[in-house]
Amino acid sequence: MRTIGIMNRVLKELFRDKRTLALMFVAPILVMLLMSVIFNTNSTTNVNVGTVAVTQKLNKEMGGIKHVDVKTYDTKADAKQALQDEKIDAIIKKNGNNYDLTYANTDSSKTAVVKMAFKNAVTATSIDQLKSALKKSTTGMAKLQAQLQAMQKQQAAMSASTQTTGATAAAKKAASTKSTSTTTATKSTSQKTPKITNHYVYGDKNTGYFAKMLPILMGFFVFFFVFLISGMALLKERTTGTLDRLLATPVKRSSIVFGYMLSYGILAVIQTIVIVLVTVWLLGIEVVGNMASVVVINLLLALVALAFGILLSTFANSEFQMMQFIPLVVIPQVFFSGIIPLDSMADWVKDISYIIPLKYSGDAVSDIIMRGTSIFSEGWNILVLLVFLVVLTILNVVGLRRYRKV
Amino acid sequence: MTQAIIELNHLAKKFGNQTVLKDINLTLNKGEIIGLIGPSGAGKSTVIKVALGMEVASGGSAKVFDTVMPNRQLLGRIGYMAQTDALYEALSGRENLKFYGLMKGIAKADMAKEVAHAAQVVDLTDDLDKRVAGYSGGMMRRLSLAIALLGNPELLILDEPTVGIDPALRRQIWAELGSIRDEGRSILITTHVMDEAELVDRVALLLGGEVMAFDTPVALKQQYGVDTIEDVFLKAEGVE
Ligand SMILES: Nc1ncnc2c1ncn2[C@@H]1O[C@H](COP(=O)(O)OP(=O)(O)OP(=O)(O)O)[C@@H](O)[C@H]1O
Ligand SMILES: [Mg+2]
Repeated sequence: MRTIGIMNRVLKELFRDKRTLALMFVAPILVMLLMSVIFNTNSTTNVNVGTVAVTQKLNKEMGGIKHVDVKTYDTKADAKQALQDEKIDAIIKKNGNNYDLTYANTDSSKTAVVKMAFKNAVTATSIDQLKSALKKSTTGMAKLQAQLQAMQKQQAAMSASTQTTGATAAAKKAASTKSTSTTTATKSTSQKTPKITNHYVYGDKNTGYFAKMLPILMGFFVFFFVFLISGMALLKERTTGTLDRLLATPVKRSSIVFGYMLSYGILAVIQTIVIVLVTVWLLGIEVVGNMASVVVINLLLALVALAFGILLSTFANSEFQMMQFIPLVVIPQVFFSGIIPLDSMADWVKDISYIIPLKYSGDAVSDIIMRGTSIFSEGWNILVLLVFLVVLTILNVVGLRRYRKV
Repeated sequence: MTQAIIELNHLAKKFGNQTVLKDINLTLNKGEIIGLIGPSGAGKSTVIKVALGMEVASGGSAKVFDTVMPNRQLLGRIGYMAQTDALYEALSGRENLKFYGLMKGIAKADMAKEVAHAAQVVDLTDDLDKRVAGYSGGMMRRLSLAIALLGNPELLILDEPTVGIDPALRRQIWAELGSIRDEGRSILITTHVMDEAELVDRVALLLGGEVMAFDTPVALKQQYGVDTIEDVFLKAEGVE
């Protein structure tokens, strides 16, 4: 009963603070729109590709693609130097029948453009080759037919058996032309699927796509705003004396904590829904899994953030001191959340990520959004988040003892 | 025999190594108003907080309704008004009253009546639906007092309730406090307004962490040989 009363009050206060509310809903949308715009415009910037020992044809094809410039290098070393000097964004080297691609990959969208262009160019050249092979074989056939006709004419004109050897020789010659054209055709089919090896100077093929960041970004917004706003709210209760006065009534300490959880839980659910809808409809990000599962995970994360915010607010004496927790608590979460690939980090750094709530929600939401995993397969991540939640909540209920002993 | 509502026995309180309360002995009986006076920083608010269980005593004991504090359930029978206003500024006066009323455990059916009565005592009826952020200082103080009055508590603990309240309204509030006492309820009040100290049943003078004097206003004036409580205060403090 009192819990519901506290929830109602907190919600009322929240919904009357239009600016904070706007910040919670508009800021994430704005940032995401901005990011998607930046990421998408990047793909129309020009990329420079250096090629080594690649056929003229492929060079021409690549150069013909929009936003792609091709520079040819004689040796791989020259090209590597250019890559280092940021003159080119990628190197394409032909190794016999295979291709070796090296990307600078400092800008993943450029890498994507190069991959795309290369694929198109290879397809185009092999189609060309097929075409010319086909043409050759058709001309070969035509020649053969012409020769055949000529032979028939000769036969008809002479009607003698003395020229038979010459005719056989002509037929043989024609057959050999045919066989060469067939080998060209088969050769071009085998060239259609050369082995392509990708190398990355920085990161790997998973680096930094907006779609990959999105699940974590979503969690980050939820965590950040709930953490900050709830922490501020409780801090305000403490500094204005309303917390003392509240505790001078028979209300249970746990009711206060649960009342806050309910109200901020509701807020987080709305926020997550808004963010998910924006990403799906405005940004066109594909959500493979169940959207309700995404909301559930983010709700859990929000409650952890809330408990965290309330706990830390007891260590702050002013709003400004609360802000000081952002670089200490919020920003590091981003580093360890998986936005930056963790496997490239040292072991002890990796270990830190195990105490980062955002990592677990990020893992779970990534699985759901990108791989369509069922929420029931995310038991481990959910369990860890629940443990965070329970421990922090107990700490908060006990921590309120500082203000009332019972 | 009169029934003791608050009993403070050898109460002591330290903040770090600052001893604020040394040895406080005080008894508030049923149907009595006690005025707690003393210089700023003497520890009046601290006495109240320890009595309510919001601070732990370093020594001695505080009993309210014959029960050792802190005790959560008892808080429902106490109307407390803190020295700071402690209001939710985003809410209207009525919403504040309702919220605290709910926290105190007032039944839904009685809520409207209780809110109306408390607001009427402090003359806030017309402004109840305004946001508290738009209240004047005195209006906030009055709303804070109204919250303490909610639910007819058996014990009222008021920390400087009349700061910033105009004389006419102050008189009205004291009349209300008088009738509360006549109903057999008890009041512990702190004040810096010595006229008000004349109106209470007994005055406790807090000085140096101890209750220097504790008697009716008349007896105190006699004891110190002066005409007003203000003079008692000044003489006790050693001014003059
Ligand atoms: N939470 C606290 N931590 C440390 N010291 C405190 C705390 N609360 C009060 N004090 C100290 O205790 C002393 C008494 O404070 P208290 O608020 O009880 O005074 P008061 O008699 O109510 O004064 P006033 O008339 O100005 O309201 C002061 O010196 C104050 O600094
Ligand atoms: Mg005080």
